[in-house]
Amino acid sequence: MLVTLRQIAKSYSSAGADIPVLRGVDLDLAAGETLALTGESGSGKSTLLHLIGGLDRPDSGRIEVAGTEITALDDRGRAALRRGTVGVVFQQFNLIPSLKIVDNIAFQARLAGRHDPSRAAALADRLGLTDQLGKYPEQLSGGQQQRTAIARTLAARPQLVLADEPTGNLDEDTADQVLAVMLELVAETGAGLLMVTHSERLAARMGRRLHLHGGRVA
Amino acid sequence: MTRAVLQALLSHWLRSPLQLITLITGLALATGLWSGVQAINAEARASYGAAAAVLGEGSFDQLLPDSGAEIPLSTYVALRRAGWQVSPVVQGRLDGVRLVGIDPLTAPGDVGPVADDGAEVSEFLAGSGQIFGRAEVLGALPDTGAALITDADVAPGTAITDIGLAQRLLGRAGIDRLLVAPVQPRGIAPLETVAPGLTRRAAQGGSDIARLTDSFHLNLTAFGLLCFAVGIFIVHGAVGLAFEQRRTVLRTMRALGVPLTRLIGLMLAELLVLALVAGGLGVGLGWLLAASLLPDVAATLRGLYGAEVGGALSLRPIWWLSGLGIALLGTALASGAALWRLARMPLLAAGQGRAWAMADARGARRQGGVALGLLAIAAGLALWGDGLTAGFALLGAGLVGAALALPVLLGAALALGARLAPGPVAQWFWADTRQQLPGLSLALMALLLAMAANVGVSTMVSSFRQTFTGFLDQRLAPELYLEADDAAQAAALAAFLAPRVRSVLPLASVETSVAGVPAQLNMARPDPTYAENWRFLQSAPDAWERLAAGDGVLINEQLGRRAGLGLGDPVPVGADAPLPVLGIYGDYGNPVGQVIVTEALFARLHPGIDPLRFGLRLDPGAVPALRRDLEAWGLDPSAMTDQAALKAFSLSVFERTFSVTAALNVLTLAVAGFAILMSLLTLAALRLPQLAPVWALGLTRARLAWLEMARAVLLAALTTALALPLGLALAWVLLSIVNVAAFGWRLPMFLFPADYAVLAGLALVAAALAALWPAWRLARTPPAALLGVFANER
Repeated sequence: MLVTLRQIAKSYSSAGADIPVLRGVDLDLAAGETLALTGESGSGKSTLLHLIGGLDRPDSGRIEVAGTEITALDDRGRAALRRGTVGVVFQQFNLIPSLKIVDNIAFQARLAGRHDPSRAAALADRLGLTDQLGKYPEQLSGGQQQRTAIARTLAARPQLVLADEPTGNLDEDTADQVLAVMLELVAETGAGLLMVTHSERLAARMGRRLHLHGGRVA
Repeated sequence: MTRAVLQALLSHWLRSPLQLITLITGLALATGLWSGVQAINAEARASYGAAAAVLGEGSFDQLLPDSGAEIPLSTYVALRRAGWQVSPVVQGRLDGVRLVGIDPLTAPGDVGPVADDGAEVSEFLAGSGQIFGRAEVLGALPDTGAALITDADVAPGTAITDIGLAQRLLGRAGIDRLLVAPVQPRGIAPLETVAPGLTRRAAQGGSDIARLTDSFHLNLTAFGLLCFAVGIFIVHGAVGLAFEQRRTVLRTMRALGVPLTRLIGLMLAELLVLALVAGGLGVGLGWLLAASLLPDVAATLRGLYGAEVGGALSLRPIWWLSGLGIALLGTALASGAALWRLARMPLLAAGQGRAWAMADARGARRQGGVALGLLAIAAGLALWGDGLTAGFALLGAGLVGAALALPVLLGAALALGARLAPGPVAQWFWADTRQQLPGLSLALMALLLAMAANVGVSTMVSSFRQTFTGFLDQRLAPELYLEADDAAQAAALAAFLAPRVRSVLPLASVETSVAGVPAQLNMARPDPTYAENWRFLQSAPDAWERLAAGDGVLINEQLGRRAGLGLGDPVPVGADAPLPVLGIYGDYGNPVGQVIVTEALFARLHPGIDPLRFGLRLDPGAVPALRRDLEAWGLDPSAMTDQAALKAFSLSVFERTFSVTAALNVLTLAVAGFAILMSLLTLAALRLPQLAPVWALGLTRARLAWLEMARAVLLAALTTALALPLGLALAWVLLSIVNVAAFGWRLPMFLFPADYAVLAGLALVAAALAALWPAWRLARTPPAALLGVFANER
């Protein structure tokens, strides 16, 4: 199993009180599988994604990613996991504004020590970014920026792709195109894909779907 | 991984060259101003050190005559015969050069010239002798027949030679002082028995000049520190903005797997490189600054203290290393908080959560509290503090407190403006200006400090100037001054002048020491001129009458402070009983202590010294005619100096004395102007989203640009309004506390409203100029860019 979650609980402090966000979530994701994580705002979707990506720690429970129990890892170990095993696509793209598109695409692969210029070029071609490689992110449209973020993630060949509402900032047509390309590429690499989305339409295109409600799997 | 992260970090500077220039320039300016001042101080101290090393000042005990007269050769011989290990020193002026004669055979330790060319003692003494000194000093000497040996280790303005040659060249027979070797034979007769007229003065571990000028250098250092602080405000702003703009990038990099320690390490390395580059530039800038200011500083030190400082700058490792050190320290100060925030920033913190330097209300209240605390400390020091340290602590607390209070006060003023604004545009203008305040506050603090320093220092200098001008009017009362070639010509001149002028005032002086303090003994002929013109700081009743009767002496303020003499205290001026101090007079600009005795007493004490200079009292309109008569009589025109020329010369010396502070003033103001420009330029990039909606609502780009300029001028005007009282407080501290401790003179404080108006005008013009470029860029912003703000909101 690529991802295994058991009895994950997480709460946040606000105004002196603990507000539970996740209350004992179990989840499994196999390699090559695509999973949509849906739920209303505040249901804990993004929190769950951050926990799986090693961006945050659960209060209790156990998370395994690619055979590593990440709940036992320190900051450095979780950073290594994000660098080498996991790829995150953010809703806000989070490109590096001072780097050209070509360098943004190569960035994570270089961090992981797996940079392959020919693969980066092929990804740019597949995502329709070849003509944009010499530009800076601010010179691209929202759809182009999100495709760059996807290329950056996939160029590093992660075993697990986590996507937090990757098409949330895009119009419907662009969102469909971006998701189609992402699904295609993930399928080619055999990586697992876990995508948080509000959209029923997009969730329906994923292999499996999990709905969160009140911090639990509904 | 390291390469990729470094590329991402450095690419920020390539995409934001203005920020990089701001950072490097700010740090280079701060380092340059600081290290320039340090270079000047180091050069001056090295000169004092050289003087002390060569002349034994401060290193050895000395024997000095009680009366201030010379030590007879017989006394020296008696001491040597009694077993005292002492070495004679004689010194005097030869064509403006301080000529010091020593005895190399008896001189203790390292006293004497350190000749690189291996000159030996025998050569030093043989034939027509040798004179050691710096090249420029040797060049100023007349032809003496002695061999001139260039030696850069000899103190500036000084030439060293054998005592015999020095006595011959100076026309002296006696000895000025005796250096006492540290180790003396056991059982030697006590000094009181062998030489009762001599006083032993203990070595004080440093030269007199070094101690005397410490305060001046402290002043310079304080000014350098102020410049540095202004520069650091710029760096703080640039680093803060760079960190704030990269918050999202840093979070992204961490999310993509870059460990926090690696990220902080690389950012530290980035800052280190930037600091070293800027520090290197700053050290170069400091070098140029010091090289251009050093001649004026040397003139200042000569004018105020009689200290000789070389006019050429040496590249001292300690100086440039400390320059780089201060650049690193400045960077650490400016970026410490930003790095700390980065280290503590949660990985999932909102990337754009904090606008740059946007202080929250709690932060503003805290800053206001700290400001109040510092101002309270300053007030306490002003009321109860005493001495130089308290003065500088008061300056520091007052200036920093006022700078911290500035944003709070400006915020209140702008809030009031918004409440009183008549229309919607005006209301938006005031509210928007208030919103910009956090981003501009560092630059405005820099402006406040620079303006206050300008007002304070210029008030001090102008007050000094006004006092000095009045002082010159008192002291230079005679309408014409003459100088005779010799005693015979002097006597003939006196006879020629007697029927032609109201009075003839002979002038003569001799170098001496009073209570172990170097001083000048001057003569005064009883004449109403003195009583009518001179103003005492303190005096006994009928001081001039009693002086004329030979019942006492007058001393200048400097001597009073240095020798601890007050009114009525006895002053030993000769072999007779000491005479009481009848009056203490202000003597601004004179480096040495001075004692005035009546003409008769002077002649009795120094029968060999005939007055060769004369001050003449006559109707000012009759001066040209008298000059013609004197020329016809045979007096060379160069021997005549009229009062106006002398006053002009004295004032020119004075102006040069304070040209250093004037230059530092201008530089500080320029740095503050630069800070405003850079803040406005960096803010301009962030302004678009705030201005686009107002543009969309109907304000033209040109009007927005004008409003941007008006905003900068308004903020500068408000800052100037606060800088004026702060500057006057600074002037009061400088004049009433620091100056008294540093220079030994208490000066009255005058106000110069016209000067302040010009300064305020300059500040407003500087702010308008600084806003001009960003405003021009705004006026030319294409509508598409403004529309892009709305497009990005999708």
